[in-house]
Amino acid sequence: MAFKTIIEDDTDILVAGAGLGGTGAAFEARYWGQNKKIVIAEKANIMRSGAVSQGLYAINCYMGTRFGENNPEDHVRYARIDLMGMVREDLLFDMARHVDSTVHQFEEWGLPLMRDPKTGAYQREGRWQIMIHGESYKPIVADAAKKSADKVFNRICVTHLLMDESKPNRVAGAVGFNVRTGNYHVFKSKTVICGAGGASNIFKPRSVGEGAGRVWYAPWSSGSAYGLMIGAGAKMTQMENRIVLARFKDGYGPVGAYFLHLKTYTQNGFGEEYESKWFPALEEMVGKRYLDVEASHRTHRPIPTCLRNHALINEVNAGRGPIHMVTMEAFQDPHLEEIGWHNFLGMTVGQAVLWAATDVDPKNENPELTTSEPYVMGSHATGCGAWCSGPEDVSPPEYFWGYNRMTTVEGLFGAGDAVGGTPHAFSSGSFTEGRLAAKAACQYIDDGKAEGIVVSDEQIKRRKEEIYRPMEHYKIYRNEITAGSVNPNYINPRQGLDRLQKLMDEYCGGVTVNYMTNEKLLNIGLKKMKVMEEDLEKLAAENIHELLRAWELKHRHMTAEAVFQHTLFRKETRWPGYYYRGDHMTVDDENWHVLTVSRRDPETGEYTMEKAPCYHLVEA
Amino acid sequence: MPTFVYMTRCDGCGQCVDICPSDIMHIDPVTRRAYNIEPNMCWECLPCVKACPQNAIDVRGYADFAPLGHSVRVRRDEEKGVIAWRIIFRNGSKDMELLAPITTKPWREHIPQLGEVPAPSQEMRDSHLLFNEPKYIRMDDGDLHTLKSNGLKMVAGVESY
Repeated sequence: MAFKTIIEDDTDILVAGAGLGGTGAAFEARYWGQNKKIVIAEKANIMRSGAVSQGLYAINCYMGTRFGENNPEDHVRYARIDLMGMVREDLLFDMARHVDSTVHQFEEWGLPLMRDPKTGAYQREGRWQIMIHGESYKPIVADAAKKSADKVFNRICVTHLLMDESKPNRVAGAVGFNVRTGNYHVFKSKTVICGAGGASNIFKPRSVGEGAGRVWYAPWSSGSAYGLMIGAGAKMTQMENRIVLARFKDGYGPVGAYFLHLKTYTQNGFGEEYESKWFPALEEMVGKRYLDVEASHRTHRPIPTCLRNHALINEVNAGRGPIHMVTMEAFQDPHLEEIGWHNFLGMTVGQAVLWAATDVDPKNENPELTTSEPYVMGSHATGCGAWCSGPEDVSPPEYFWGYNRMTTVEGLFGAGDAVGGTPHAFSSGSFTEGRLAAKAACQYIDDGKAEGIVVSDEQIKRRKEEIYRPMEHYKIYRNEITAGSVNPNYINPRQGLDRLQKLMDEYCGGVTVNYMTNEKLLNIGLKKMKVMEEDLEKLAAENIHELLRAWELKHRHMTAEAVFQHTLFRKETRWPGYYYRGDHMTVDDENWHVLTVSRRDPETGEYTMEKAPCYHLVEA
Repeated sequence: MPTFVYMTRCDGCGQCVDICPSDIMHIDPVTRRAYNIEPNMCWECLPCVKACPQNAIDVRGYADFAPLGHSVRVRRDEEKGVIAWRIIFRNGSKDMELLAPITTKPWREHIPQLGEVPAPSQEMRDSHLLFNEPKYIRMDDGDLHTLKSNGLKMVAGVESY
């Protein structure tokens, strides 16, 4: 192929993927590295890339220490309770103690934060959420990143990280291709901050046909955070902890503002409250430590998201669906009605479209809720991602190896979905993690840790051949058939994605099996994943756009395999309502009050699994 | 609600191609106008609709669950700093107009150029502080929270849950 090779040399900090995490990293890196070369590579256009592309109507992680509202440790406890204990509390504490400074800067830059007219404080939606007019949230933070970066390469699909050949396990940059020109881009860099996204579309969605795009997390979130880092041999954590969302049916419109601000609530198809009747059995299943309904009533201790899902799923399976969100009371208030609609227009326009198309006026009828297919990500109510070092003054020895947010690959840092064990970071927390990673990356360079990096022409050439192989493969075998997409020598990216989704759904606990799996199913699934890996070598791409989809699929496949391995390893049902291990249907604290850590050997593809201690923040 | 493009309005300028996060707005080589090449990878996020100078791009609810005959239109005005929406129900029973601010300041002006602010001191580098901290954490003279300042420690295991 006649694609040019374009080399960007002497970069200090390469930001791979610039959503909220990556923009935070690029912005802050300029302060700590005023003379450093900062480069962004992003597969879309940073002005509207990532999960915040269409905007947000709330910032879901804000402490409000300024208004005397919460301390960082309060947020840590909240995330711990919500995730059934399985979080990195050092990273969470660190994020929470910095996140307010991020939000205050956003306001200064022009992001419209709503204020409570009575108190003057930011308008709270819930204890952690503040309300914003965030249609332009992404353009505003992207401008900040642009001001700091030396160069922004939009439309570069980063496919692999480059590795140093003088010192093992040290990063040396990244490679990818331009989805417009097709050119091959090589970024030689002393450090890489991975700001790429989590994974939608690895489990079969409820939607069919066109609606496959109406996923909860963005369809372009292709698990590249994990695909890139796993491919480089970085250790991952909590990859079994996929998330299932209870949302408005089909449109997956958010429910946070409805529950918290509009005070709407759910009931079953017969108009009955249903959650509480599932709680006694759940208390048995998970233990009083994680669900104590009496204590929750008394102290307003939140009930974990997964357990509320469990009640919804079981009520529907008992034949008393659908579950409705009771909006008819709140929507009689014109002010609240307007908020209800603005909430969708600000972040999930599709839900407004769906209600307009189906004449659902929440003032006159209670809309349906459902649970989604599972997603793999690390910044909402779940914490998949890389096993990263924490900050020196907080982290215990097992969690600390020199640089904040550095993965187990030297010089490779993470932010947002890329970092494991840090749920409930959301947009502001992800941006903050990027800032923390940027400071640490500058320090890593200043400490002389990135000296003497060697990248051979052979490595660059090998990756180039690998990247364009799907196009070569297409060219070779296309003319063996008359026309169409059925070919005995290849599959196209869509066909591959369909296979992955079906496989994940049926063997790894997707929606059609009610989120259920067990050891036998997982082992069969893993075998099929290996065979699929062989077929991915025969992926065919007709053009550059399909080449983008081909590499997204490869990243999704890599992510999915890690999900399988972790789900197999953790022999308990830690998060009922997210997934169930049918052969171990209870929480098993004796053996599994630990974090799961994996490493895939980049040479052999073999996985090794280990347990890491789960530390909690307690009063000294 | 995948997007589609009105033939009589699109002039093929490519603004939608430039902004689409999913890389699915492309220019058709025959008509020289934009179209959605992959509706099942469309998130209905609307940057393309908002960026179109001709208002040529619209959305039609996903065919697998949304009936025809509705309308959700948007105008995003960067100069005025507002976004205007109009929602019309399929049966015509509801016709709503909603307006929201998108920024409170002139674009970009209040974002600092960090290459030009005073460089951080060695003490600052050795600390756990980020740019603008500790000031911006609480907008007062308070310092960063630490385990010590908050009377905390980290203990491993289920007993400390």
